[in-house]
Amino acid sequence: MQALTFIDNTLASIGRSALGLCASVGRIIMFAALTIAHLFRPPFYFREFAQQLLTIGYFSLPVVGLTALFTGGALALQIYSGGARFNAEAVVPSVVAIAMVRELGPVLGGLMVAGRVSSSIAAELGTMRVTEQIDALTTLSTNPMKYLVVPRVLAATLAMPVLAFIGDVIGIMGGFLVGTQRLDFNASTYINNTVDFLEVGDVTSGLVKAAAFGFIVALMGCYHGYNSGRGAQGVGKATTNAVVSASVLILAANYILTEVFFTS
Amino acid sequence: MITLQNVKKSFGPNHVLRGVDLDIAKGESMVIIGGSGTGKSVALKCVLGLITPDSGKITVNGADATKGDRDAFLAQFGMLFQGGALFDSLSVWQNVAFRLMRGKGKLSKSDARDLAIEKLRRVGLKADVADRFPAELSGGMQKRVGLARAIAAEPEIIFFDEPTTGLDPIMSGVINELIREIVVEMGATAMTITHDMSSVRAIADKVAMIHEGVVQWTGPVADMDTSGDPYLDQFINARAEGPIEAVR
Repeated sequence: MQALTFIDNTLASIGRSALGLCASVGRIIMFAALTIAHLFRPPFYFREFAQQLLTIGYFSLPVVGLTALFTGGALALQIYSGGARFNAEAVVPSVVAIAMVRELGPVLGGLMVAGRVSSSIAAELGTMRVTEQIDALTTLSTNPMKYLVVPRVLAATLAMPVLAFIGDVIGIMGGFLVGTQRLDFNASTYINNTVDFLEVGDVTSGLVKAAAFGFIVALMGCYHGYNSGRGAQGVGKATTNAVVSASVLILAANYILTEVFFTS
Repeated sequence: MITLQNVKKSFGPNHVLRGVDLDIAKGESMVIIGGSGTGKSVALKCVLGLITPDSGKITVNGADATKGDRDAFLAQFGMLFQGGALFDSLSVWQNVAFRLMRGKGKLSKSDARDLAIEKLRRVGLKADVADRFPAELSGGMQKRVGLARAIAAEPEIIFFDEPTTGLDPIMSGVINELIREIVVEMGATAMTITHDMSSVRAIADKVAMIHEGVVQWTGPVADMDTSGDPYLDQFINARAEGPIEAVR
């Protein structure tokens, strides 16, 4: 009897969690659809958009740049030592370039921006929710979705590919520095190998991925902040949820986009 | 002017509004009183459309509050929030002029700033406050800025949500007087939520008491002390004993 009750409770708990997850996914999809619908309907808040472009894009440059620089350097060392096992040390420039541009630039850049931007958006909007500033916007005839959410989502979607591109260049430079200073590569050979093996498709696929990650980062920050619970605890939870969900969704979206781009 | 008919609202198992009926005439100052968690703020937010009621009807100037042009509907209102709800990222004058710089008939930046400074003066603040940020102001000054923002577009209806909460008695008196003066001067219809009895006596033409999700008593402020309603008597005389159960 006790065993049956235990099984019953366990199944009920799993069921509740599954239903909760479905409800959350549904709410996020509705929020995303509403955001996209507001993107194309006036009024447009250009000033807020420009401000977010600066906050999300420009101020994320140091973190993305440093991440890319160290990743490119470490990648060169790893590929060199791995390649040495089958006499393929020469592939370092091309593999660093391809890995940075296709995968590591957008993904690591996206994750770093998720940590910086999702959390800050969620905390800002969460505080605005708790202090009734979002209600105040509504009473002042301003749609909070248009004024708060659309500029952030649009700015992140457009800024992220630029950040990823800069990250790609810095990452390849990191590989170049390690390759030429530590691994005795000839500088011009390194650059030639990088340029010769890199295709336009590698770069564009990475930039499209970055745009998708930018959308995810801002959407998660906005969703969790906009629907934040009460008090400091509510805002704290919203911030954590924003970063965690943005990071997981970036990795999941990365797999799906990689399937789309490279398996056909 | 504002009518609530049998308005009900629940949050899960918590039935906050159980059928609120209320009439506020044009130009009248209605103050809604009641204990914490009795549904006063929910009723106010239902009128503004910030919360959708489960059932019942709300009309403003005869029009259904849930239908029609939302911007035009909200343009009739000004609201002073409990904590001020000033936008942290904007300066004081930008907060006050927020509505004036957007939508139909928006003003130029300099005109909006001039008008914001005029409204700030009206609520007793000097022009040098205009370029400061809300976080640099005291609680009383933030309330005044919130009041200036609420009246900036000269709305027909003004809502005040706990206008004196968190203020010292003298500042509460100042804010109460300001609210009364401004409402009379503008000829606006006012709906105030409070449990501060000094606010009630200073601001109200009529009083409605909400208890357990319904309007327990409503009438002119002059009749409040002689109503004979045991719930109202307990509340306005701040008695721990009575029909309203006080959790100790």
